[in-house]
Amino acid sequence: MSATTGHKPVDHAAAAAAFVADTPHLAFHDKRLWELRQKRDGQMHGIPEWQELRDLASAIKEHTLSRLPEYLEQFEAQAQANGVRVHWARDADEHNATVLRILREHNAKTLAKSKSMLTEECEMAPFLERHGITITETDLGERIQQLDGQPPSHIVVPAVHKLRADVARVFARTIGGDPDNSDPNALAEHARMTTRPLMLDADAGMTGANFLVAETGAVVVCTNEGNADLSANLPRVHIVSAGVEKLIPRQADLGVFIRLLSRSALGSPITQYTSHFRGPRDGAEMHIILVDNGRSKRLGQEDFWTSLKCIRCGACMNTCPVYRRSGGLSYGAVYSGPIGAIINPAYDPARYAALPFASTLNGSCTNVCPVRINIHDQLYKWRRLIAEGGFLPRKKVFGLRVMGVVLASPTLYRLATASARMAVRVLPRALLYSRLNAWGRDREVPVAPKESFAAWAARHRPAKK
Amino acid sequence: MTVGLAIPCFIDAFFPEVGIASLELLERLGVDVAYPQGQTCCGQPMANNGCQGAAQGAEAHFVDLFAGFEAVVMPSGSCVHHLRSHFDAIPQTERVRHLRENTYELVEYLHDVLRVDDFPWAEFPHKIGLHNSCGTLRSLRHASMSELGETPFSKPLDLLSKVAGIEFVTPARPDECCGFGGTFSVAEDAVSGRMGLDKVRDHAAAGAEYIVSADTSCLMHQQGCARRAGVPLRFIHIAQILNGARA
Amino acid sequence: MSAREDILAALRTARPPGEHPLPALPTFPGVEGDLLAAFQVSLAVMGGQWVSLPEGEALGAFIRARVGDGPLIRSATDELPDFPRVDAVNRPRDLENVDVAVVRARFGVAETGSVFLSDHELRVNTIAYLAQHLIVLLDPVAILPGIADAYRRLDFAEARYVSLMTGPSATADIEGVMIRGAQGVRSLTVVFAPIG
Repeated sequence: MSATTGHKPVDHAAAAAAFVADTPHLAFHDKRLWELRQKRDGQMHGIPEWQELRDLASAIKEHTLSRLPEYLEQFEAQAQANGVRVHWARDADEHNATVLRILREHNAKTLAKSKSMLTEECEMAPFLERHGITITETDLGERIQQLDGQPPSHIVVPAVHKLRADVARVFARTIGGDPDNSDPNALAEHARMTTRPLMLDADAGMTGANFLVAETGAVVVCTNEGNADLSANLPRVHIVSAGVEKLIPRQADLGVFIRLLSRSALGSPITQYTSHFRGPRDGAEMHIILVDNGRSKRLGQEDFWTSLKCIRCGACMNTCPVYRRSGGLSYGAVYSGPIGAIINPAYDPARYAALPFASTLNGSCTNVCPVRINIHDQLYKWRRLIAEGGFLPRKKVFGLRVMGVVLASPTLYRLATASARMAVRVLPRALLYSRLNAWGRDREVPVAPKESFAAWAARHRPAKK
Repeated sequence: MTVGLAIPCFIDAFFPEVGIASLELLERLGVDVAYPQGQTCCGQPMANNGCQGAAQGAEAHFVDLFAGFEAVVMPSGSCVHHLRSHFDAIPQTERVRHLRENTYELVEYLHDVLRVDDFPWAEFPHKIGLHNSCGTLRSLRHASMSELGETPFSKPLDLLSKVAGIEFVTPARPDECCGFGGTFSVAEDAVSGRMGLDKVRDHAAAGAEYIVSADTSCLMHQQGCARRAGVPLRFIHIAQILNGARA
Repeated sequence: MSAREDILAALRTARPPGEHPLPALPTFPGVEGDLLAAFQVSLAVMGGQWVSLPEGEALGAFIRARVGDGPLIRSATDELPDFPRVDAVNRPRDLENVDVAVVRARFGVAETGSVFLSDHELRVNTIAYLAQHLIVLLDPVAILPGIADAYRRLDFAEARYVSLMTGPSATADIEGVMIRGAQGVRSLTVVFAPIG
């Protein structure tokens, strides 16, 4: 998504296999995220109008996306009238340069920031650090990942792939503490005590935006820790980074989205802090950078533009049985899981060709999406584009072509299946379950029957016509 | 009216007993069934990988074999889902459209078309865990989906409840995907294997002796995982139970 | 062309075809009956505490008795003239040593246990995050049924900063273990007290 991303294809299967092999991490990861899915279900059962809310959220977002230039202009006018400085960035480089310019204007050397997937997309942190800015991630999960030199693995719970002992070791290595004391309360307290001074001393603060309200020019940020509020309200400069798709038309629309967001994400009725920034404090400045970075291109894709409705709840990740067993880092991109699999190929189909195939097309993601993105349909469509674009591995294409030929011919089909039955019957176990038999790594192959159904039918139900 | 019986490739090759049970069951219920020889595949494995070109041959052949029937019944949710929702590697003529609109999965044919309300020859005195494949669940709408909080319903359960002696147990994750996913099972075999293992352990922990499904592909995968891990479960297709299998 | 013009032009060119009307927002039957009781339950779910100001008791004395004499208290409300003021500081960060802050919320929301606090109520926004503990005064009759009701109000557009605050600061980022007092306040107590 930025100039520094290479084209080497992400090998999801290999990364996932490594994750599956790590049983303690796998077991926790799967259990924890399934628990979030169940809590989400619990919230849903308590709200009779849940499906209607999803319909409304989807319709509001599709409407807004179909009139995005108009709503952006309205938002900009409102925000400027409120004293907010509005900037526009075509891509990641422009975004990063704008942030640096604002920081330099204020002689700011330290930046406290709350969670923003957009800044990850833009690879802002390495850029600012190269220019002498010190960044503190204030969200605990993001901070753990920052200290460990890893990107976030999940958009809502960034360190969900780590166990408490991992966190203790990361802290001991970076901010001090006993590597063997993995009590979560002690670790969180340690993070609180060490992050707080960094926020107090920060020259500037940065937040993302969950929603931008066109009608009032307000920026809405939802957190559970309160770190966004501290990052924004302590320093004299508050910078908001927001993708253009974050717009919603009316303040009243928040009555739909805020009711859906945290329930879908964590199964809690609302985040501890739902904060609304409309203008700077006296003596302070508020900036917002509206970023395109490929969104306008995605808007023009007939089959995929509705992926821009995403409100970053992560419910698709929580429910996805593949994501829960592979971990977010296996997707090799800022956005992982089902939503990542339909967004990332738009930016770099060569690099992300494997992602739409890291799926059984089971459709659970589509069912939990609060804005009704037809994720599993888009996964299927991406598979076609990737195959047609020549981005599938050559071996796979060859294998499928052979399969296509065999399965189009009754003679070849009979030959192939008879050989398969023979192989299963005759081959010694060591050969049958060799390295070449991917099925056989974790499963037994079926027992070979005496004859095919067609052979039985030829004898017992000879054709009448 | 003669109904064409389409038997998926993996059933023909490795689980002929499922095809036999499906055929015998329909005949018992008075349906005039014909099984045209020379069947291969509906094209799903190639199409699911985006390779429309490779799917063309199989899809065209399927049409040649079945376009003449007023209705086609197939004991496979995933194949029927492919036919209904995709199956567009070939030109969409009137003939193709008619076939796509008149192909039924076996359970939906029994439940919605024949409206069978009794299986007097059937008895299955065992504890069963019912597995709905994701294709039958979320596409063919065999049963309610846990993500949506719908009023619960289940066509396979309706049919199976008419079988004497049968007892149902429910796993902790009633409709999580079992991990087969077609070529996913080999391309992402580690995750697939783990999903299958989790699924069979879940059913076993609920007390199931058998896992029953309308999809042999899922059963084949789960059985493979159970046998490798030593989980003592048995696997059977719904057609076999409804046709009177005792074990 | 400027970035602004380029982006707007690109979005116009990419405009999805077809009709996509903005839906009207229906009113759903929300929390009914005893809104106060519902608010209390919701607040507890989110980790907040609550207590009612006893009839006839003076607010300042009640709070002092609960908190004790040691901790440093600051108040953002004119109802407590005996407490040091939140805005009697030069910089927002000067509130970092406050143990307990007292603020009055404009209204609460029964559906979630949230309270409405804007820059008018807070005087200095950071007080609600830098204090170790937060006491929120709330008139028990100023409780709306649901979040949708809150967003129909003009209060949001009259302030530069609004927090719909629900319970204390929290995180479960370490192995899913729920922790109160992540970066913000460690506890949030709502005191039901009519506006004095």
